[in-house]
Amino acid sequence: METSLASAPMLRPSTWPDALQSRAEHPDAAPICGGTDLMVDINFGRSRPAALLDLTSVEGLDSWELIDDGSTVRVGAGVSFTTIVEELSHLCPALAQAARTVGSPQIRNRGTVAGNLATASPAGDAHPALLACWAQVEVESLRRPRLIEIDDFFVGPKSSALASDELIRAVRVPAATGPQQFAKVGPRNAMVIATASFALNLDVAGRRVGTGIGSAGPTPLRARQAEQMLEETLIDRWDSPGAVADDVIRRFGALAGEAASPIDDVRGSAEYRRHALAVLARRCLSWTLADLPGASARQVARS
Amino acid sequence: MTVTDTATRSSASAAADGVGVSAPRPDGVPKVDGSFVYSSDEYHDGSLWGVTLRSPHPRARILAIDTSQAAGVDGVRCVLTHEDVPGSKLFGMNTYDQPVLAFDEVRYQGEPVAVVAATHPEIARRACELIVVDYEELVPVTNPEIALSGQVEGLPQGGLVRHVRIRHGDVDEARATAEVTVKGRYEMGTQDPAFLGPESGLAVPLGDGGVELYVSTQDLHRDQRQVADCLDLPLDRVRLVLSGVGGAFGGKEDLNVHIHACMLALSTGRPVRMVYGREESFFGHVHRHPAIADVELGATRSGRLVFTRVRLVLDGGAYTSTSQVVIANGCYFAAGAYDVDNVEIDGYATYTNNPPCGAMRGFGAVQSCYAIESAMDRLAAALGMHPLELRMRNAISEGDLLPTGQPVDGPAPVQEILSYLRDLPLPADSDHTTGDMRARPGGVGNVTRGEGIRRGVGYALGMKAIGFSGGKDDTCTARVTVWIRDGEPVAEVHCAAPEIGQGVVTLQAQIVRTELGVRTVELRDSDTDIAESGASSASRQSWMTAGAVVGACALVRDEILERAAAVLGSPAAGLSLDGTEIHDCDGRPVLSVAELLGPESVSHAYTYSHRVTEPVDPERGQGDAHIAFAYAAHRATVDVDVDLGLVRVVEMATAQDVGTAMNPLAVEGQIEGGTVQGLGLAVMEELQFSDGRIVNPSFTDYLIPTMLDVPPMPMKIFEFPHPDSPYGLNGVGEPPNLSSTPAILNALRDATGLELPRAPVRPSDLVIELGGRANRRASARPLQA
Amino acid sequence: MKVNVTVNGVDHSVDHVWALESLLDFLRERIGLRGTKNACEQGECGSCSVYVDGVLVCSCLVAAGQVEGCSVVTVEGLAPDRGVHPVQQAFLDAGAVQCGFCTPGMVVAAHCLLADDPVPDDLTVREQLSGNLCRCTGYQKILDAVYLAAERAGAAPSRQGSRP
Repeated sequence: METSLASAPMLRPSTWPDALQSRAEHPDAAPICGGTDLMVDINFGRSRPAALLDLTSVEGLDSWELIDDGSTVRVGAGVSFTTIVEELSHLCPALAQAARTVGSPQIRNRGTVAGNLATASPAGDAHPALLACWAQVEVESLRRPRLIEIDDFFVGPKSSALASDELIRAVRVPAATGPQQFAKVGPRNAMVIATASFALNLDVAGRRVGTGIGSAGPTPLRARQAEQMLEETLIDRWDSPGAVADDVIRRFGALAGEAASPIDDVRGSAEYRRHALAVLARRCLSWTLADLPGASARQVARS
Repeated sequence: MTVTDTATRSSASAAADGVGVSAPRPDGVPKVDGSFVYSSDEYHDGSLWGVTLRSPHPRARILAIDTSQAAGVDGVRCVLTHEDVPGSKLFGMNTYDQPVLAFDEVRYQGEPVAVVAATHPEIARRACELIVVDYEELVPVTNPEIALSGQVEGLPQGGLVRHVRIRHGDVDEARATAEVTVKGRYEMGTQDPAFLGPESGLAVPLGDGGVELYVSTQDLHRDQRQVADCLDLPLDRVRLVLSGVGGAFGGKEDLNVHIHACMLALSTGRPVRMVYGREESFFGHVHRHPAIADVELGATRSGRLVFTRVRLVLDGGAYTSTSQVVIANGCYFAAGAYDVDNVEIDGYATYTNNPPCGAMRGFGAVQSCYAIESAMDRLAAALGMHPLELRMRNAISEGDLLPTGQPVDGPAPVQEILSYLRDLPLPADSDHTTGDMRARPGGVGNVTRGEGIRRGVGYALGMKAIGFSGGKDDTCTARVTVWIRDGEPVAEVHCAAPEIGQGVVTLQAQIVRTELGVRTVELRDSDTDIAESGASSASRQSWMTAGAVVGACALVRDEILERAAAVLGSPAAGLSLDGTEIHDCDGRPVLSVAELLGPESVSHAYTYSHRVTEPVDPERGQGDAHIAFAYAAHRATVDVDVDLGLVRVVEMATAQDVGTAMNPLAVEGQIEGGTVQGLGLAVMEELQFSDGRIVNPSFTDYLIPTMLDVPPMPMKIFEFPHPDSPYGLNGVGEPPNLSSTPAILNALRDATGLELPRAPVRPSDLVIELGGRANRRASARPLQA
Repeated sequence: MKVNVTVNGVDHSVDHVWALESLLDFLRERIGLRGTKNACEQGECGSCSVYVDGVLVCSCLVAAGQVEGCSVVTVEGLAPDRGVHPVQQAFLDAGAVQCGFCTPGMVVAAHCLLADDPVPDDLTVREQLSGNLCRCTGYQKILDAVYLAAERAGAAPSRQGSRP
């Protein structure tokens, strides 16, 4: 094939410092790891970056480790969704469940949480779970490393707090201390972009409730009022919740639906998204409550 | 490429892998090992890449086109517009009304405006972006009812492609005798064929000023005529060769890259490849017509249909394509596979500024089957009768008159088909509180542990003509040649019939083995060097090709036997041919074919015609328009999460009459594939538009079923041989696509109690809590078995 | 840009590769292996499935430069000596091929599935192959092919092989 296209070399750093150096020196190079978002834009002619900064060869990025005395899982930016499904389903159940719904096996073999974050789509499957778990994003530039709280990360549709000279190095996800759930609605039973998704984390050790909403607003969202209401309900019952009243579950669902700010688009109506979120939140809550130690068996069959 | 197929299953019998067994595909090995050449794989040294510039507007006046900047790009070899079209500036399936490259006005988003050839596809794409087209945007007409009103300007023929009227009996009189009547409006969104192999081809300029085109298509000769007309070349200077077809389903009947690639090749003097990307593909082929159908049924209390009235509107989009035929086919079968004395059908195909619609598997009958089968369930509910019982009570049978006045001839085993579905045990209930989420609505989305799930069961019956109808009688020609290689007879078949996945190549080899007993059969490329085969469409190609190959084999056999008779000095009538040997009247081998032929070959072509059909009259739609009919029915079992509106189809049971199963495995594959395309149309597949613009031209948002969306498909294949066809076979490909969609809709209605007046059903339509917009319906009684 | 890669066991060193070129285009146009198919170029159909260092990927979503130094195996490389691999044979015998455009990717994905899980259950097959779309067959015969290949491999355990 004859080619007269000006062809910038692909940047392939093998160490993290080199990667940061490349990022600083080539601000017009697009970072690429799994390529599952970027290559679609390139193939469809929507994006023509001057060069690619390939991170797949950077040493150490594709592994995860426990830090903070085992209380936090540090997931390297190159860790695939497949690895998360296979290795982190106990430490990060909501994230692992979300990872399983990402695209196809081929996509999960390449795609990463860091890539999900860098794209910052409101439909990114990992986001609700990261919100529900109060994850932190480790980013770094030649200037300095910094930790971005997940609540500060998403600033608009497909826009994040990541600066133009920064790279995502890892995501820190607190290990589960109680039951978690992730549920996602789409019109196909596999390989589908979320019409709406919801994640719930009952942080038994921290006496906290974490939530995350996907595909139902300009950014991934948190259902704060739902979290607060449930924390108040559970305040003295974390260790023996017994049976939680139906109206609490309904109220939780309603608050989750109200927390969304969805729009009508090709994937679904705002009305449907809000409704679906309420249903997902109710169901996720009843499943997680049933999994709490000391839960009443009656909880299981409801909703 | 030439495909050689040697029967391998059993060398003991020369007729191994003949007609009626599941012979392996001759193109199977190259298709599994990656060596099969599809049109997007065609390659030629020094070839350029062609890319198309398309209109971003659904309707706009073209004021000027400036290609100078694009033409100056390094690597660009030529840029062509409508001014460069050598011959007819218009093409089309039946009516030449679609510009090769737009001039004056673009009438749909995605209409081709210019083409570029360059040394690399990316260079060509960038050059396209440098072409300056000065558009004056106009307000598009996107609503077919408004187009029909005659109130809008700027549409051809005042917005009407064709009005089809069918009058049978007297509906107004019959209405007075009907004890129960129901009315309903049923809408259907736009389905896309979504074949995986994109439109593509390679054009090679020839020394004599002609051109050779390797392309994927459903009909080489119809393509050839259009290409030659637009290039202003005689037919013998335009040679088409069938390249590997990666699926078609109707979407490769209309031209795509053909003329553009040839123009670029002839202008540059170099071979030109064109391959559409997925997004472009959604603009590069016709879609299934979206439909609005109003159905009124009248019946006696005992459930005997008294009248059927249907008004069907199909939006044909910007250009005619096959719309005038699709609307006719939709109307022919709008009353379903039922015997009803009084029928009134009015069908309208419209022009709008939506993308053109044309052929897709089922060809209008998908839309009308969906409508009538939805209405039949409504009638069953109104009668308090089981929907299957209502269907069996009114099922058509041999000798009944169709609404077009034609008596149903050939087998019509509708009772047998429905009885199978009635007697087949229903799938077991699932326990969703345990078990696997992947078996529930929502699948891996992890949305339910049994909450909100309801089961529903639905039935539908479909009927369609096989072959071209209404006086469009066609032919198929095949040549069979036998010679000796390494002491063994070899047969070659040459036929233009496009192999589009259905297995017509397998069938040709099977027939030659059965007719001549020759084990090794070679299939020549399908091309325009031989007379036409007609299209691989209308479920006709097996019938037509079989007729041609059987005929050619007979001529070859006759000549071989006559030659043998001359050698042996005995009458040919007493001799028979069994592959390698000539046998006498006692079955004894008396002469080997190798000995008889030596270095010579025997070769004959045969042209097969089906029986004559006639057009229906424009006033009452009466006429013997069809050569044959085929029937299929489905029983769908679904689980619906009525809180989230998600669906898991649990089972699709189906029964179909295929005449003779020429290749049982291939027949099953057609039925399963057609059923799943109908499933997609029921629950997920819709090309969506906003003011004439496609909003989901990608496989991310135009969803087709995955393996996790399809259920087990128990099936019964009935074989009632058709009296008029070769071997008694009947068309197979389209019938399963008809009844699948309404069976699922009826099952969803059964599960939810909602009217569900539109397909595909979206999750929000199925949420009972949000169901205010879709009315509740009465429920039907259980089947009195 | 120059790319050095091993494809189906053969070393290639290719000059003048466009920086934004996908592995799919690289395989098809530079190496001349057109068995890997271009159906959607957005990772939604699986027709371009190949192995990169033993991992199943959509080659349309891998930039060609990312496979520098890697080993790629395509549909053409599944069977030794240009024969037919047992998984491919099962596709033929089960009637899993119609138009065949999805087949190369489906065969590679099925090969990977069976290498990881030699006796997969029905729902696992459906989930693991859900990224490979087929428009012709309705998938039933493809499922049959996977079971047939698994069954035959059970009878002759050494034949299925592992991921390349």
